[in-house]
Amino acid sequence: MLNKRFFLYALLSLVVYGVIQGMIFGEVLDDTYVDTLVLIGINIILAVSLNLINGFTGQFSIGHAGFMSVGAYVSAIFTVNLEMNFVLGLLAGCVAAALAGLVIGLPTLRLKGDYLAIATLGFGEIIRIVWLNTDYVGGASGLNGIEKITDWTWTFFLVFATIVIIQNIVNSTHGRALVAIRENEIAAEAMGINTTKYKVIAFVVGAFFAGLAGALHAHYFYIIQPQSFGFIKSFEILVFVVLGGLGSTGGVVLGAILLTVIFTALQEYPDLRMIIYSLILILTMIFRPRGLLGNWSVKKALKKKGGDSHGNTTSA
Amino acid sequence: MDYLVQQLINGISIGSIYALIALGYTMVYGIIKLINFAHGDVFMVGAFVGYYCTMAGMNIFLSLVLAMVVCALLGTLIERLAYRPLRNASRIVILITAIGVSFLLENLGIFTVGPQAKGVPDMINKESIHLFGDAYVDSLQLIVLGVTVLLMILLQYVVHRTKIGKAMRAVSYDMEAARLMGINVNTTITATFAIGSALAAAGGVIWAAMYASVDPLMGIIPGLKAFIAAVLGGIGIIPGAMVGGLVLGIVETGVMAVPGGSLWRDGAAFVILILILIFKPTGLFGKNIREKV
Repeated sequence: MLNKRFFLYALLSLVVYGVIQGMIFGEVLDDTYVDTLVLIGINIILAVSLNLINGFTGQFSIGHAGFMSVGAYVSAIFTVNLEMNFVLGLLAGCVAAALAGLVIGLPTLRLKGDYLAIATLGFGEIIRIVWLNTDYVGGASGLNGIEKITDWTWTFFLVFATIVIIQNIVNSTHGRALVAIRENEIAAEAMGINTTKYKVIAFVVGAFFAGLAGALHAHYFYIIQPQSFGFIKSFEILVFVVLGGLGSTGGVVLGAILLTVIFTALQEYPDLRMIIYSLILILTMIFRPRGLLGNWSVKKALKKKGGDSHGNTTSA
Repeated sequence: MDYLVQQLINGISIGSIYALIALGYTMVYGIIKLINFAHGDVFMVGAFVGYYCTMAGMNIFLSLVLAMVVCALLGTLIERLAYRPLRNASRIVILITAIGVSFLLENLGIFTVGPQAKGVPDMINKESIHLFGDAYVDSLQLIVLGVTVLLMILLQYVVHRTKIGKAMRAVSYDMEAARLMGINVNTTITATFAIGSALAAAGGVIWAAMYASVDPLMGIIPGLKAFIAAVLGGIGIIPGAMVGGLVLGIVETGVMAVPGGSLWRDGAAFVILILILIFKPTGLFGKNIREKV
């Protein structure tokens, strides 16, 4: 981890952070730009964490917004209803989301492929319906009066931490186990990998960071409502990952940035925006099923020139 | 007792719509192992065709037939443009494409007709028929049940007695072997999409008649529920989809009948899904198939 490349990247990110922070101080960037920057940050956390589950472990989960909502609600309960400080709220949100990941992951990860996708979708919806029917958190009208604490600095350093931690998991022995499960679960099991354990770990870590993104989201937009965490949100996160390239951290970061910028730019045409969104999704799948930078970090493409172009590596 | 019978009647009429949509899911899954997420939106398009036909003064049966034809064409088109290029791709890639198609249909709907719900005029004169005690069945519910049963018998006939049905069963059993036997696999898959979409359209028109309202996002929840019904009965198994739809409809009305239960209506369906996936993932009628390495 602590090699030359890591320090180079860290330095580069710090420069980017410094420049942008300077521009915010100098009022070169107004609030609209800051909004977009924070949104990009939150989306990167969501995309990178979902990528750990979908891209690296090959477990197709489409209930990520559910975990995000757990983080958002629990952190907001801590800061608003229990009047605790933000850091504690943030931590509570992450831990609660991770626990939700554990509770949901243990039974559902026995399922595979399509069935797992549908089960996670179902759980995501159940979480939303629970918030909708809980008066303590405002029911359908949502929880409001959340203090705005998230800013560019918080977002930047938490995004940085997320990427560093997940990259390290992926490049460790544990990460090899996750990729082995993705490539062939039965073979991985035969090699002595405890597949259930690793799948649950990936799920819990992914949920933890989704909770982090949710907590940041809650403390930026003043209000959280159950309907903003529906399965449309889950699909949105999925699109970041798929467009960027399943299993490539650099790719999904790029995907999250690109799509957030496009959607902010098209904000005035909300109808058209969603049509473009879906067309991007379909066309990417037909013409570039591995995403823009799919498998880029694995460098498989280099070894196997021209190889198959169907993205079979992610089949469950 | 009267109350119970009344709830049962309501449950069966909503359940038969779920069953109609579920059939499309199950047929497509049976043949190319794809959860066609866009199916719920084909149902939506069917409901809209029904709405415009009624506005143009057609009666319910004519609207039904027209909606079925339009959606059969739509289903064919979707299969041709979005799914056929991906025939050999991994299943996750096709699944994501299906999600994309679903989004596209919903948002094209919002773009062309606007997001507001439209009120549908009465398609038939509703008459309540007194059964006994406090139990009533209205004429619309009878038509719903009649149409559903008729379509299901028709489907059984097509699948088990015609050449294309035989081809469908063969392709679903083993695509490669079917191709070797000279079956045109692509035509068969297209036919499956056409039939499934036509059934969804029928469900859509009936839904529009029952709830008197259509909007571009109306397909999402019934689509998901129908999918749950298909999984409940054992996905890929046609009688399973029918039973699953009816069971789901009855359970849902049961949950709504409990005081304070109406908010949990959608939750109940998802709880059923999770339970069935955990305890019997192959569904009520499914058989366990050993995975080969």
